[in-house]
Formats: sequence, C-alpha cells, structure tokens
Amino acid sequence: MQENEMLQLLKGRFGQITQEEATKAAVVPKALLLDVADFLKNQELAFDDLHCITAIDRVERIELVYIFYSIEKRHTLTIKVYLAPDDLKIESLAGLWRSADWFEREIYDLFGVYFLNHPDLRRILNPYDWDAHPLRKDFSDPDFIKKPQY
Amino acid sequence: MELMITENNNSIHSEEFYVNMGPQHPSTHGVLYLELKLDGEVVVDCIVHIGYLHRSMEKIAENRTYTQFIPFTDRLDYLASMNNNLGYVLAVEKLLNLEVTERAKYIRVIIAELNRIASHLVAVGTFAQDLGAFATPLFYCFREREKIVELFDELCGNRLTYDYMRIGGVQFDLPQGIDEKIRQVIKYLRSRINDYESLLTYNTIFLIRSKDIGILPKDLALNYSVTGPNLRASGVKYDLRKDEPYLVYDKFQFDIPVGENGDAWDRYRVRMEEMRQSLRIIEQAIAGMPEGDPTAKVGRIHRPAAGEVYAKTENPRGVLGFYIVSDGSPCPYRLKIRAPSFSNLAVLPNLIKGLRVADVVCILGSLDVVMGEIDR
Amino acid sequence: MALIEKIPASKLIGKFPGGKILLTTSENILKWGRASSLWPMTFGLACCAIEMIAAGASRFDIDRFGAGVFRASPRQCDVMIVAGTICVKMGDCMQRLYAQMPEPKYVMAMGNCAISGGIFYHDTYSVVKGTESLGIPVDVYIPGCPPRPENLFFGLMKLQEKIRKEKNARE
Repeated sequence: MQENEMLQLLKGRFGQITQEEATKAAVVPKALLLDVADFLKNQELAFDDLHCITAIDRVERIELVYIFYSIEKRHTLTIKVYLAPDDLKIESLAGLWRSADWFEREIYDLFGVYFLNHPDLRRILNPYDWDAHPLRKDFSDPDFIKKPQY
Repeated sequence: MELMITENNNSIHSEEFYVNMGPQHPSTHGVLYLELKLDGEVVVDCIVHIGYLHRSMEKIAENRTYTQFIPFTDRLDYLASMNNNLGYVLAVEKLLNLEVTERAKYIRVIIAELNRIASHLVAVGTFAQDLGAFATPLFYCFREREKIVELFDELCGNRLTYDYMRIGGVQFDLPQGIDEKIRQVIKYLRSRINDYESLLTYNTIFLIRSKDIGILPKDLALNYSVTGPNLRASGVKYDLRKDEPYLVYDKFQFDIPVGENGDAWDRYRVRMEEMRQSLRIIEQAIAGMPEGDPTAKVGRIHRPAAGEVYAKTENPRGVLGFYIVSDGSPCPYRLKIRAPSFSNLAVLPNLIKGLRVADVVCILGSLDVVMGEIDR
Repeated sequence: MALIEKIPASKLIGKFPGGKILLTTSENILKWGRASSLWPMTFGLACCAIEMIAAGASRFDIDRFGAGVFRASPRQCDVMIVAGTICVKMGDCMQRLYAQMPEPKYVMAMGNCAISGGIFYHDTYSVVKGTESLGIPVDVYIPGCPPRPENLFFGLMKLQEKIRKEKNARE
C-alpha cells in the first residue's frame, strides 16, 4: 500500500491526524499515540517491525520520529509526534514492540524525553550518574572542544 | 557413577550470584559488559551494559560538512567499512536527488560484496575460536581476508578504514589489471570456502556446541527488529538486495539462504552460504562492467534543500539506515544512524536463560555484533 | 643496577676482580630476556584491535618477536597495547587494569585515538583525549589510523630497544 493511502486510512479512523508540510509525514497528537500504534500493529496494515525511533531538536519543540516496516506486506510508514520543550513526557511503545525498549532509552539518554510505563528507563550510552542531555542544541560542557571553522 | 550431591540437593544452601563478564574480556568481541546472574553454572538472567565505546558521532555530524563525515562512517562497523560508506553516501544522494554513473554503481557493488565476504570471514573465524578451535580457523580466515585486503590496499591505500565512496561516485577508478586479480581471488576463495565447510560444519564437537543453542523464534526476532543473517537463519526470507534493490542488484542472479531453526549453527551456515552468493555477484558484475566516469562532477560542499530522508542498505550484519535532516546549510542538522547490531544485541537476554556460561560465549559469537556501531 | 643490588651476594661479588662485569652481564641477560618475551594484554577497544589481530595472524606474525602470547588477565602480562578510542565509561576500567598489572610494565599507545583522541578530539563529550590524560604513562606511541601491522612491529622493536638500553633494570 502506498504511503498516502495509509495516511487516508489513518485520517479516516482517527480524526486529528495532520500531515507535515515539508516531508509529508503524518503528525499524530501525543494523546493518540498508543491507539494509533495498536491499530498499526494489530489491524490490516500489519506493521510487525518498529524499525527505528529517533528525535530531532528543533529549538521550539522536540519531534519524535517513528519508522514502521511490515515484513509481511513490504510497506513502510513514518510518523511524527511533536513535544513541547516544557512537557517532555510520552507513552512508551515497549509493550507492543520490544525493539522500542533500547531506542527509547537512547532518546532518554541523549535528549531527556521521559517515557511513561517503560520497563527499565535508564541511560544506555553515557555513564549512569551523568546529568546532561548532550544532543540538545543548548548543550555546553567545559571539556567540549568545538572544531574551528576555517 | 552417580554424584552423591544430587541426592542431598535440598539440604545444600545455595544462592544466586552475579558475575561480571566485563568490558575487557577475550570473547566479547569488543567492549561489552554483561552482568550474568548465575545459579551454579546455569545462567538465570543477564543485564547488558553498553556505551563503553560511545564516541558521540551524531554530535560530531552536526559540525562537519557532508563530505567531511565520510571517514567517520568507516569507524562505525569497522569490519565492513565500504558498506557503511555506501549507506551514508546513498542517503546523501537521495537527499540531493543526484544520479550516479553506471560504472560507479558496478564498482560500488563489487566493492560492497568483497567487503561482505571479508566481514563474514572474520565472523566465522572468531565464532570458531570462541567454540574452542582456538587458532586454526581464525588464522585461515585471516589469511583469506589478507587477499581481499590487499586488493583494497591497491585500490585506495588503506587496509581497514577505506573512505573510498564519495557523494556522486567513488574516489578513484579501478587500477589497470585489477579485474584479473579479482578473478583469481574469487577462484581461490571458492575452493577455500568449501574446505572450511568440510572442516567445521559437520564436525561432531562443533555440532554439539552450536546445534539447538540460542534458538531465536521468528516472532521474537521480528518483534525485536532483528535483521540480517540472524533474521534469515530464523526462517524469514528478507534481504534488502532483493526486496528493495538499490544500485544495480536487480540485474544479477543470486539466492538468499534461509535457515530453519534459528540456532547458532543455522546462523553460521547462512553466513557461509552468503559468502558463496557474494562470489557469484562479483563474477557477474565484473563480466558486465561498463565504461565511463567513476565520479559525477559535483563539488565538495553540498547544500541540500531543507528536508529529511531515510535510506537503508543491507550490511553484512543487517539493515543499516541513515536518517538525515537538513536545513539548507553545508552541515546536517541531525543525523541518526540506525545500526543493525544495536537491535541484534537487545535480543540476547532472551536467548540465554537456562544455558551455561560457555553457551553465552557461543551465542554472542553467532550473533556477530560489532561494538563500534552499537555505541557509535 | 637497581634490581641486581637487591641480591644480598652482589656486594660481595662486586669486590672481587671481574665481579662488576659479571653483575652487569647478568643484568643485560635479564633485560634481553624481558625484551624478547613481552606478553601483551588483549586490550583491543575499536578498529585498531582488528589490525592487532591481523598482526598476530599468520601473514604478519608477532610471535617471531616473542610477543605472540596474548593473555586476557592483566596479572599475567607485561605490556598493555591500548588499541582504540578510550571513552569516559571505559577510562576507570582502564586505570584499574593498569594498576593490576605487575611490575615491570609497559604501555604502548596504538593508533591516533589512543595518543590524543584522534579524529574524535573535536565536538565529542565522551572521549578521553589520549592515554596520558588518564594518568597512565606511555612508553611508545604508534601513530596511524589504523597503523599497519608493520608499524606495530616497528613500535614493538623500539620498545624492545628501550628495554635493553635501560640504565637500571626496573624492579
């Protein structure tokens, strides 16, 4: 199935899904994420593989990007969720797809997004007792040597 | 003669204890820390700690131009550098809508498949070493790998981290006479791979150590997003080179080996068979190589339009994906590397419950993870 | 002659004619033995580890220098070849391993990342900028990214020369 058809299907089922201008990805409001994920996994679209979760720090918001893939039907879908910078909490998808476990731990480590109902939310790449979130755009550290641009 | 301890088992007080299979260990294939909870010799649980090689490559990418980041992609999965370069370069070309010449595509296919064979040789050699065949298969496999690495040395000057692909093509054209050398290497490798099959595959000790050990069921593999030979050994016929062909893979004929049980022996056999299929692809590619320019005429500083792209390629260890967000400047705004070994390793605690410590080493060797791309 | 002087009989031997020559010769034999049988520790962290394994394999054979016995336990080895990038999380493990090695011990920094951080010097928050910043003294630096096995052998031979020319054999 093509990506626009899947988007039409989602919009028909859940009303508040919009489409981003630049990339044509579906933007799902935060509260609907679990329902949409359940629909994607268990209904006819059959997305059995949560391929990747990543996060982008636009300074006025943090966007979470979920990339789904279906081995059975061989199609792919990208979904985004916008988070306001003062409210960085969202539901975890680790109950549906176990691959979300480590991806969400990495986003917690690098961006500071807190995932509710995650089985084991700790840092994964940086030391456990560190307290900074390095991939934010406002990260600064005395040991961080920036490369000079020539 | 029965051990008398088994009769008095209830009266012996025993507890579970934690053993560190720590970051510096001869058989963890890099810096991986496994905290094993043992009940005697049997593993009850395992907690995986990674991050001992976290080199913050995604933060570096935000301050380098697109061409300046290519050497960093070499160091991700350092056993298959050319494939990593290829994945990154394909993603940037998709962002720029850049077309590559036919000759560059054929050269890229040949180089990527040669590197796949070199990477699988290391995987098989270290797997056999972990099972106890201490030096012989490892030295044989490294000897064959030297033949391939010599070809790369002649091509681009380096033995391990090549930095050969460029945005728009490849860095140098193939030197004179190298296709004859590649043909000889293919002939040599074909006979050697048959030798190693007869040496290892149906060996009694190898079978006892690896058959029915670490069985990965199909639905668990899909749920954990395992890709590559590990997924194919569990029975799922999914290979990006056939399902979503990139470069010129749709012009070649090759098979995809699929396993049945998903145990460590199947994963080893899938890798051996993939080496043979790669040799077939290289032969067909050399026979059909067109003439032309190896690089498109583009500059070194690229300023793509603002947008996002995700491109995936089939690495020897699974599906490698690059998610690039661009905002019009010469450096990427955000670069996310989806490494195959990251998801492959997450499935480890499920595979080792009830097995012994020596089997943990076997399963880790058969999963074939490289810490450079897990920690980035 | 720090080590030889610990033997109680050395003062007595030194008084006889030719006794001092005997002492220095036995010191030289000791240093030659140490240099020709360095046992490295498997401390391969990243890409340079593959070149170290290739140096130990059959084409470039490190065993002909006497250094082919790679031991995993730090208690049994003489030289720690730091091959690869050192990250913050691995730094204290490394200091502990260095402290566990028995004297006399030597350290070789292999590769640009172990010398100074390499290409990961700028824009990283989690890379230690070289072995010396952890407080571990380095004897030989081998630059390269990764250094070829022949470079590793050149560094090993320099280390052997350094051991043989030491004024006082280390205790």
